[in-house]
Amino acid sequence: MVKEEQEESSNRPDNTAFTQQRLPAWQPILSASIVIPMFVLIGAAFIGVGVALFITSRDIQLQELDYTGDDSEHPCFKCRTNTEKCTCSMTFSIPTLFKGPVFFYYGLTNYFQNQRKYGASKDDNQLYGDLNYFTSPSTDCDPYTRDSKNMPIVPCGALANSMFNDTFTLSHTVNGVQKIVPLDGKGIAWWTDYNIKYRNPSITPLINAFNGTKKPTNWPKPIYELDTTDVYNNGFINQDFLVWMRRAALPDFRKLYRRITHDDYAAGLPAGNYTLTIAYNYPVHSFNGKKKVVLSNVSWMGGKNDFLGIAYIVVGSMCVVMSIVMLIVYARFKFGEDD
Amino acid sequence: MSFFGLDCFPKTEGAELERKLRANDREYNRSFKYATNAIKTSKYNFFTFLPLNLFEQFQRIANAYFLVLLVLQLIPEISSLSWFTTVVPLALVLTVTAAKDATDDINRHRSDNQVNNRKVEVLIDRKLRSEKWMDVQVGDIIKLENNQFVTADLLLLSSSEPLNLVYIETAELDGETNLKVKQALPVTGDLGDDIEKLADFNGEVRCEPPNNRLDRFNGTLAFAGQKYPLDNEKILLRGCTLRNTDWCFGLVLFGGQETKLMQNSGKSTFKRTSIDRLMNVLVLCIFGSLVFMCMILAIGNYIWEVKNGSNFTVFLQRKHSAGFSAFLTFWSYIIILNTVVPISLYVSVEIIRLGNSFYIDWDRKMYYSRSDTPAEARTTTLNEELGQIKYVFSDKTGTLTQNIMIFNKCSINGKSYGDVYDYTGQRLDISELKDPVDFSFNALADPRFVFYDHALVEAVKLENPEVHAFFRLLALCHTVMAEEKKEGELLYQAQSPDEGALVTAARNFGFVFRSRTPDSISIVEMGNQRSYELLAILDFNNVRKRMSVIVRSPEGKLSLYCKGADTIIYERLHQSCSKLMDVTTDHLNEFAGEGLRTLALAYKDLDEEYFSRWRERHHEASTSLEDKESKLDELYEEIEKDLLLLGATAIEDKLQDGVPQTIEQLAKADIKIWVLTGDKQETAENIGYSCNLLREEMKDIFIVSGHSPEDVRQELRNAQNSMKPDGAANSLLLTEEKSKNLIKDEEANGEYGLVINGHSLAYALESSMELEFLRTACLCKAVICCRVTPLQKAQVVELVKKYKKAVTLAIGDGANDVSMIKAAHIGVGISGQEGMQAVLSSDYSFAQFRFLQRLLLVHGRWSYLRMCKFLRYFFYKNFTFTFVHFWFAFFCGFSAQTVYDEWFITLYNLMYTALPVLGMSLFDQDVNDVWSFQHPQLYIPGQLNLYFSKTAFFKCAVHSCYSSLVLFFIPYAALQDTVRGDGKDVADYQSFALLTQTCLLFAVSIQLGLEMSYWTAVNTFFVLGSLAMYFAVTFTMYSNGMFLIFPSAFPFIGTARNSLNQPNVWLTIILTSILCVLPVVTCRFLLIQLCPTINDKVMFKVRQARATPPPPPRRSRIRRTSSRRSGYAFSHAQGYGDLVTSGRFLRRPAVPRASGFPQVGRAATGFSPMGRSAGYSPTGRPQNLKVPDVEVTSLQMYRTFSDGDL
Repeated sequence: MVKEEQEESSNRPDNTAFTQQRLPAWQPILSASIVIPMFVLIGAAFIGVGVALFITSRDIQLQELDYTGDDSEHPCFKCRTNTEKCTCSMTFSIPTLFKGPVFFYYGLTNYFQNQRKYGASKDDNQLYGDLNYFTSPSTDCDPYTRDSKNMPIVPCGALANSMFNDTFTLSHTVNGVQKIVPLDGKGIAWWTDYNIKYRNPSITPLINAFNGTKKPTNWPKPIYELDTTDVYNNGFINQDFLVWMRRAALPDFRKLYRRITHDDYAAGLPAGNYTLTIAYNYPVHSFNGKKKVVLSNVSWMGGKNDFLGIAYIVVGSMCVVMSIVMLIVYARFKFGEDD
Repeated sequence: MSFFGLDCFPKTEGAELERKLRANDREYNRSFKYATNAIKTSKYNFFTFLPLNLFEQFQRIANAYFLVLLVLQLIPEISSLSWFTTVVPLALVLTVTAAKDATDDINRHRSDNQVNNRKVEVLIDRKLRSEKWMDVQVGDIIKLENNQFVTADLLLLSSSEPLNLVYIETAELDGETNLKVKQALPVTGDLGDDIEKLADFNGEVRCEPPNNRLDRFNGTLAFAGQKYPLDNEKILLRGCTLRNTDWCFGLVLFGGQETKLMQNSGKSTFKRTSIDRLMNVLVLCIFGSLVFMCMILAIGNYIWEVKNGSNFTVFLQRKHSAGFSAFLTFWSYIIILNTVVPISLYVSVEIIRLGNSFYIDWDRKMYYSRSDTPAEARTTTLNEELGQIKYVFSDKTGTLTQNIMIFNKCSINGKSYGDVYDYTGQRLDISELKDPVDFSFNALADPRFVFYDHALVEAVKLENPEVHAFFRLLALCHTVMAEEKKEGELLYQAQSPDEGALVTAARNFGFVFRSRTPDSISIVEMGNQRSYELLAILDFNNVRKRMSVIVRSPEGKLSLYCKGADTIIYERLHQSCSKLMDVTTDHLNEFAGEGLRTLALAYKDLDEEYFSRWRERHHEASTSLEDKESKLDELYEEIEKDLLLLGATAIEDKLQDGVPQTIEQLAKADIKIWVLTGDKQETAENIGYSCNLLREEMKDIFIVSGHSPEDVRQELRNAQNSMKPDGAANSLLLTEEKSKNLIKDEEANGEYGLVINGHSLAYALESSMELEFLRTACLCKAVICCRVTPLQKAQVVELVKKYKKAVTLAIGDGANDVSMIKAAHIGVGISGQEGMQAVLSSDYSFAQFRFLQRLLLVHGRWSYLRMCKFLRYFFYKNFTFTFVHFWFAFFCGFSAQTVYDEWFITLYNLMYTALPVLGMSLFDQDVNDVWSFQHPQLYIPGQLNLYFSKTAFFKCAVHSCYSSLVLFFIPYAALQDTVRGDGKDVADYQSFALLTQTCLLFAVSIQLGLEMSYWTAVNTFFVLGSLAMYFAVTFTMYSNGMFLIFPSAFPFIGTARNSLNQPNVWLTIILTSILCVLPVVTCRFLLIQLCPTINDKVMFKVRQARATPPPPPRRSRIRRTSSRRSGYAFSHAQGYGDLVTSGRFLRRPAVPRASGFPQVGRAATGFSPMGRSAGYSPTGRPQNLKVPDVEVTSLQMYRTFSDGDL
């Protein structure tokens, strides 16, 4: 046998825990004493969280108004196929105080903002305010790069071109009088979007930067005139534009339109009757889409979504059930005790 | 060396039908454009490296596949991913491989340069000049000196030794360390070292073109109007070393690439593991399913285009028809889903194998301090196969045994010597004794000889006549040569180690064999020099199984001394010995029971008159031309009768340490061991018993030794019938199975052993009988094939490989094992004993057979476990990753939109998940080595391919499918219509991508934690570090700074900040992780409870025993008590008594040399012109190998190439 005290020679491998594969280690195994309590614990925690989530979600108020107008009875039915400017209005009532802050969303369904080519059809450099890309937009934007006269389109691309352009006014009927609810169009996009990701060219007035370019073909107004009320909410950093440009993950989505935070409505929408007036421009009929308006408030965990709560409760219960099954199996077979 | 490296291949013109050259005529020889003596084993040079290496790399399917993907990605219409997602991994892989190839090639360049720049004396312009090897040309005459390497393939012209002999060592060529002798033609030998004569030499050689046959050469030398035939005897091959020869001159025949050494190199078969092969199949399956998935998605795209897309034109104009769009989509999805077979798979597999190979190199428990040899993994690609071995084919000599013979016991005149008893009469274990016999009374004794029984030396000192006769016989009756360089320093050159041991024993007990001439033997008997006249040697052969000498003592007494197999000797004893025979038989049985090799010794005094008549007849017979053999046999038979029994000797063929234990362990691991040896049947059987391969308890041991195919078939059938009485006569089944190329494992009704000899094996290996043989052999627990040739060894291995779906391992130490080492799935070489040839062609090498159990049961098992875990997990993580894209396709109009950020796709395999899985695959162990040894059954799952198979793969795929569904639909449902806490958007594509990829990373990391059963600090660091790395990289890439530098490359700016601060995002991550993991935990727990595997059981046991880990019981040496009678076995074949008496071997008196090889047995080599020399002594080892200290218990190390060895 090899004697340890023998003098170390050059060929003898080093005696370290690593080379001899003796590193200290934790060797967990799935024993009943670990697995079953763990399941019970996880189950209990999940059920707890689930119930909290579910209650939170249930408390969130939500008012959804489909204004697509597919139904011939619907006030917006007339605008459905109309290519001209068309306005329609819908009334609804809120039975109890709709706690503020209330968020005003528009929703679209069957709308594939996540289609690869649609999503890629934009020019990030252009949107970053790089003037070189104003005159020669990236070919990613094809076929929305240039108009019929070969003028470059700014902002180019299908995504920008298809920007949602319905507008809404919400009025509260107070004592038979329509009182316009003030809508706040600021603070609806991500801070990073209007401060970093999107930039206007540093030319004043902004309009000069767009010399020699055309507005997107679907747009009624050029991008520097999107918000007539606030000069700083124009161009690429217009928040409606930014909200649209942050494309949705799924074909049914809603996007924030306005916040209701002002005046009498800062605490929420009081109970009563409301009228929603829609400037109906955006065509969804052709692809069987639906349009809707959603009023909602939020909680600490975001908007209304029952799924998480239910899922947590279900998974938690499953854990508990499985732990009971495992306990029974363990009691019957007792592996690890004998042998 | 040509600049472009194109001459690294042998010239292919093939036009060279005959080589013509003229000595000392460079002009003439140059006209044939023979290769110069420069060699080039390197592949590239500075300029060709990049193109050639890239070309080679892209010949690998995986690399080529990624190149195609890259090209696809460059087509804008198809490109669904940015180019960098493929380029970054591909570039990394190519760079790593190129770096490895480059270092390898630099090393080759270095060794080439070193060899090419060696100096040699060349005769140029009538003067000897020192030239570089690479400048030597065909037709040059060069001078070699002692211990120099032979420069090129040479025709030997002359040498310093008488008869123009030279001695060479061929270790580098064929692995044999014994010396061989070559002899020049007398006509060239006369040139001597006279430079003038040599310079005038203008002989013309015509010979065969370059080829790779080491043992053959054909040619003629035309010189001075005469033609002389040339054969292999006159050729010195490159790669040999000149020994014990002051100088020699040679004519260069072949140089450089055309030498036989170079023609033989290369072309080593590339071995692949069964996992490799399975992986190839799986990768093809994966490609198949990839195409299938893409087809589904393409069809989906077509339907979507027709139903939805065509209506969506208001917002996105259509450029293509639905059909064409589907076609493009197909390719786009091929790009996206390519991650099912990530390129990093191959790189990781290589890294894991490399790591596990290093562990083998580093293992101190496989390091043999006596020869300072660590284990070495010479191949780094076969590790996991070590965990799946089902059949081990082992050589005997030098592998199981040390080939050291020890004179252990003897029985003289009815008294047994050798055992030592204590006061109570209890026999003591020899290995524990501390008090050897003091031989100081004998100045000529061999100090390495150890004997413990003092009674014997007392008997010698008391001049017991029988004891004296016994040792006198041993000193006289043999064919050993003695060499005495210095007064009193004797060195024996024995043809077989047994003989050496016997003669050395006699030497120590005061009967010193000192020297011999053709007709006399000088011995020193108890200090008195005596010379015996040697009258005849009645030599050994396989039939006679005995040898005798007839000598006349100085007093004039005629005696015949005989030693041989006990059964043979007993037939020829005089009746008067019958009592002694009985006693001696008991002793023989006892010796045999201990696994010792026994010999019986007998003598008789001859009548002068009778002998002189016999001698005449003998002379007549030996000169007769017809029937010489049988006439001599008759004569021998006549004189060797009425012998008087002297006693018996017992020699231990010393096993290597731990062989029986190792064999027992391997048997417990259900590994079948077949011993393939060149030895005689008796010897092999003997060793079979002593190393526990054959056991007394076995029901039967079948011996197949038929001499005709019918006999062999019958013997095999009989064996089958007795092992499986019910399964008889199903040869029909066999033919059926043959068509399937697979034989199932069968169970016999007990333990059996099979011994088959070379003749029978030749028949058994014929295609008509091979299945019968294989079936019989596989029913037996142990199989011993004796007298097999190297080719047969390989054939046996091939046979098992062909019909058994099992992994084979061959282990051996000599050149004769090379074929089998190369044929088996894994070849293991025993290093440090007998040349390097076996080691050089092996995949693993170590110094002792007993390390095999560590190699297999620990390293092999772990490697297999790790590799399987790695593959299972790797496929899981990539399938899960990829399948999410598949589900997303149904929600994004089948537009080949990726779910994740492109950077995530690029880095997922490279950074975020690479290290944790590597950590697992490098450190994981279910139980430690001690427990692995205690439960060899842990090895069995590997043999059955349980850890990674098609089923396991399928399970992986299903598991991934489940995980990917969870990973897509939970975030999908959770983000549906959700907003942030401040009412802003969080259901956008970028947030969704971030959420899904974070969920994925958590899920696969936790899954890894479940897989891992050995959490070291490194593992923890890797897992947590990778997660931390993910967040660090993600936040960096989504940061303002990165975006400001490359606005278009990092469009995800701000996503991490805006969504990872949301509680519902984190709740979703926790939910998906738990949902992915819980079912797995439940399943595993229930499986462990309901049907625990051997691993589970042992792991639980380990856990229970952790408080007090029991030290593994040290098995004491297994002692058998057996009644089995061993046959006598000389380990050698036909003796060379003729040569001893012919005088040809006699050499000049020894000249002290300054070289380091003073003691190599040149005398012995002289007998054996065909290169099978007799004597090898360990002291003659080349100086670069450390001489092993001879064990204290060993008598003398006689390492021999006997006929039996080859």
